[in-house]
Amino acid sequence: MVDLLRAAWAIAAKDVLLEFRSRTAFVSALVFTALVLAIFNFARDPTAVSAVDLAPGILWITFTFAAMLGLNRAFGLERENRALDGLLLSPVSRTAIYLGKVLANLVFVGSVEAIALPLFALFFNVPILPVLGPLVLVIALATVGFVAVGTLMSSMAVNTRLAELMLPVLLLPFLVPPVTSAVQMTARLFAGRPFSEVSAWLRLLVGYDIIFVAACILLFESTIEE
Amino acid sequence: MPAPLGGGRAALAVRGLERSFGHVRALRGIDFGLDAGDSLAVFGPNGAGKTTLLRILAGLLRPHKGEVLLDGAPLERTDAAHRRRVGLIAHYSLLYDGLTAAENLAFYARLYGLRDREALVTRALESVGLADRAGDAVGTFSRGMVQRMAIARALLHEPRIVLLDEPFSGLDQRAAATLRDLLMRLRAERRTMVLVTHNIDEGLELATHVAIQVAGRFAEFGPVAGDLAAYRARYAEATASRG
Repeated sequence: MVDLLRAAWAIAAKDVLLEFRSRTAFVSALVFTALVLAIFNFARDPTAVSAVDLAPGILWITFTFAAMLGLNRAFGLERENRALDGLLLSPVSRTAIYLGKVLANLVFVGSVEAIALPLFALFFNVPILPVLGPLVLVIALATVGFVAVGTLMSSMAVNTRLAELMLPVLLLPFLVPPVTSAVQMTARLFAGRPFSEVSAWLRLLVGYDIIFVAACILLFESTIEE
Repeated sequence: MPAPLGGGRAALAVRGLERSFGHVRALRGIDFGLDAGDSLAVFGPNGAGKTTLLRILAGLLRPHKGEVLLDGAPLERTDAAHRRRVGLIAHYSLLYDGLTAAENLAFYARLYGLRDREALVTRALESVGLADRAGDAVGTFSRGMVQRMAIARALLHEPRIVLLDEPFSGLDQRAAATLRDLLMRLRAERRTMVLVTHNIDEGLELATHVAIQVAGRFAEFGPVAGDLAAYRARYAEATASRG
């Protein structure tokens, strides 16, 4: 177990370092986030629909598509010089490779979300501070779910001819449960409803995370083996 | 000529190996055995299935039929102990362009759970003449330097079985000489090697055994016997009759 975690950590640290050096996906995701938020802000009619009603959907659309830019890169890094073969040749388990990639993707998506959230509050004038704790919990749970599935799909899409296009096609159907739960919970939090009102959605999100993280760990080996 | 198997405890043995890609049969029943210290040079034209054979030996590809035995035990592709015993120098470097030479090797050293990584990395870089470029990104290296890095990576964990796919391609004379010395050293250390190459001269110099692979089969396998001209003639004959 210690070896598995050590190997996963080494792979994650390598991915984060490579992204830190190039900043390709991170800067793209941030620019994308700022653009989406700005466009939605100027496109909406504030007299027709209030910001609080629109904001949850916009927030999660932004998070979801920004995350895909990072997920696309997760295994794209390994395509360069067929480095994935190097990982597969090494004595680390396939689970360690998967967990390393998930960890690196969580850092990437979490960083984008950490910058996007204040931007979102600024553009839409939504008071996030009073609900920051529960909101961060919702974001964390939803992010774990879609990063777990997204990392698996990224490993499947990477060897296809149109990997960048293939990932959203494969991934989006699986994101319906976590994104729906997250949007519903965020909407209730912004509306000032008590946290107990979102417990059913919360259970759905936790259940999704447990089931899909386990399923993705089990399925990963068959997606990368030739 | 039938390819004889090694003894029951051959360091590396292959039995009835077959592999297809769709309708293309890349390997059509390959058998051979090598004892510790043997080195096999596999010659063959493009599309003969040489790289497929190496990828199966490395555990990167699953054979559809047959098996690979390491010291008499079937190769378990997920077995970490087996993977520690094999090193592959492939067509591609398997390195990250964005990491420095030292970082690349340190990363692999971590994956292999090697100790005293800093000293190990320094020694590996010195062995391929790249110690002075340790802090430079691999993406800035020439083709020959990348190939030398790939060799350092493959040998970092001191594998008992070394698989080489066209290792001399892209190397200048100096780098080729360094690699030859390195492979001679590995031979002296009684490591088992399988070398895939088009270059009959270099293959014969390094090998104890020779195979000529054509259309997924060994047309010839056995200890090195005869001179370069004889092998050239037999290679031409085999490729003409089977190709």
